[in-house]
Amino acid sequence: MDKVTVIRSRTVVMPQPDIDTDQIVPARFLTTTTRKGLGKVLFADWRYDKAGQPKPDFILNRPEAAGCAVLVGGHNFGCGSSREHAPWALVDYGIQAVISTGIADIFRNNSLKNGLVPVIVDAATHEWLLGHPGSEVTIDVAACRLELPGGRSIGFPLDGFSRYCLLNGVDQLGYLLQQHEAITAFERNRAWQP
Amino acid sequence: MTARSLFEKVWDDHIVVAETPDTPAVLYIDLHLTHEVTSPEAYNVLNARGLPVRRPDLTLATLDHSTPTVPVRTLADLERVADPAAAAQIRVMIDNCRERGIRMLGFDSDQRGIVHIIGPELGITQPGKTIVCGDSHTSTHGAFGALGFGIGTTEVGHVLATQCLLQRKPKTLAIDVEGQLPAGVTAKVLILAIIGQIGVGGGTGHVIEYRGSAIRALSMEERMTVCNMSIEAGARAGMIAPDDVTIEYLNGRPMAPQGAAWDAAVRRWRTLPSDPGARFDRSAGIAADGLRPMITFGTNPGMVIPIDAPVPAGSGEAGFRKALQYMGVEAGKPMLGQPVDVVFIGSCTNARLSDLRQAASIFRGRRVAAAVRALVVPGSQAIKKQAEAEGLDQVFRAAGAEWRESGCSMCIGMNGDTVGTGQLCVSTSNRNFEGRQGIGARTVLASPLTAAAAAVTGRIADPRELLRS
Ligand code: SF4
Repeated sequence: MDKVTVIRSRTVVMPQPDIDTDQIVPARFLTTTTRKGLGKVLFADWRYDKAGQPKPDFILNRPEAAGCAVLVGGHNFGCGSSREHAPWALVDYGIQAVISTGIADIFRNNSLKNGLVPVIVDAATHEWLLGHPGSEVTIDVAACRLELPGGRSIGFPLDGFSRYCLLNGVDQLGYLLQQHEAITAFERNRAWQP
Repeated sequence: MTARSLFEKVWDDHIVVAETPDTPAVLYIDLHLTHEVTSPEAYNVLNARGLPVRRPDLTLATLDHSTPTVPVRTLADLERVADPAAAAQIRVMIDNCRERGIRMLGFDSDQRGIVHIIGPELGITQPGKTIVCGDSHTSTHGAFGALGFGIGTTEVGHVLATQCLLQRKPKTLAIDVEGQLPAGVTAKVLILAIIGQIGVGGGTGHVIEYRGSAIRALSMEERMTVCNMSIEAGARAGMIAPDDVTIEYLNGRPMAPQGAAWDAAVRRWRTLPSDPGARFDRSAGIAADGLRPMITFGTNPGMVIPIDAPVPAGSGEAGFRKALQYMGVEAGKPMLGQPVDVVFIGSCTNARLSDLRQAASIFRGRRVAAAVRALVVPGSQAIKKQAEAEGLDQVFRAAGAEWRESGCSMCIGMNGDTVGTGQLCVSTSNRNFEGRQGIGARTVLASPLTAAAAAVTGRIADPRELLRS
């Protein structure tokens, strides 16, 4: 995983609440056996018409969305299926952070394992962001702060471990593998065996 | 000792390394269920690093998501009927399991089925276990007093390599359901009503414990239906304390403990229910008595109404209006009477024997309406066999419904069983998201009774009227 320290980008805004992972990557694309290349099917059914042509009014197809790495989503972003294809597709497309008032648990976990930063903000900040698409924002992972235009800065929650992993590009499997002895002791000493 | 909840007991029992402010807990996993869709990339990671699977004996694989529901016994059969990408994915799964020594319930197995149906059916889902799968409906297993939750593919790799996960302790939410479910009102109705009440994000960050007299009165199959949809309220997991009903269900199942081990297990399971005075971070309650059959009208499971109620107007948000437009329904108008194109009876929510029996009670002596395609897909090959032994397949076939091999089928539309664009499908599955059952498909979530009633009347109908007649 690459290090993630500071993200500077304009925002792209998708205000509707409860954007589920079936929208982020429709199920028919899950027959892949690798994580690569999913960016092209990100939001496929919202993004393309039946003939596979981009729908001009969908936000990601609009010129102002080009190059935006920060997605501001409605409340409860990423709900539904546990498919990690959702953060894979977002990252492959070029999204580096998702901002919302609520991000679903499994999606959040999956995002952190792929260097996609989940940023939870209060309702007032969220409303401001929804009302100001294309704003230039800075996400400082080390400081856990989101900076808005005009110098306003808001803290966001990120536990120390996730922050450490993002900042150092540490993948968590390495950390778990280091626990080998503790795991072996647990298996040996537990009161019952599964 | 401080009073602990069911969740806390199971959590505490699996801590390999305790959580600190700087590091998450290392949580041991007792059972890892896998299927063809969310595991290939995890094996790629293991292969790239040269890592073994730590506990193949605690890992069980099946084929369900992209698997055809027409008869397939061999890979050659598969190549003939499946989409090439789906077939390739299944082949990768079979190879991975063979190379890693993981037990795989494949095409040739009578124990194959939807991953959340076979765990309980085989008796490998047990109280007090931690159970994970790369699938959000792993919450189903909580019906046994297990801690079951869905994980992503990276975490599938973590469990394969270390049998552990890094986890922060979730919060707890107690949901008390008192009273008695009226006739024609099933577990599916109850969980839809709960999601309608707390909302699709209402359980985020929490593990739910369902309690109360109405929960105690549910069979294991009904408890699974309730816990299955916990994720639809955003919850990490849903749990129900094990009791006589649980123990009776597990007794004698092929992978349940036997003999002295069984007795020891039962003694341990009896200690799991929440202690009196156990604290929960939040609580909610719902009365079972007044419930009427529920159906969804929108594009998430929280957009739900009693079957005889009009579609609500919402508070004018764009997302709400978009959902109504997608569904082709109008605020203020009833769902009742809407013409139906497809009926799907299946999925890990409602494809167990009792669900099929309920559906059959409506189909018996009736015909599927001319304009409707009705698909009945048992949750496992074992359920299929039992249903056939009871003659349920004959009831469905005589009514003009399709009777299939087990699998996820039209719940997720990955195996070729899909709903057409603009078609309305009354479905016993768990997600009515846009496009879930096919591009542009419109899904109405309902109980098996309500789905069967829609099939035979060709419209959204109140099953209680058919039960009476
Ligand atoms: S039946 Fe549907 S919800 Fe259940 S595991 Fe299969 S795809 Fe997922």
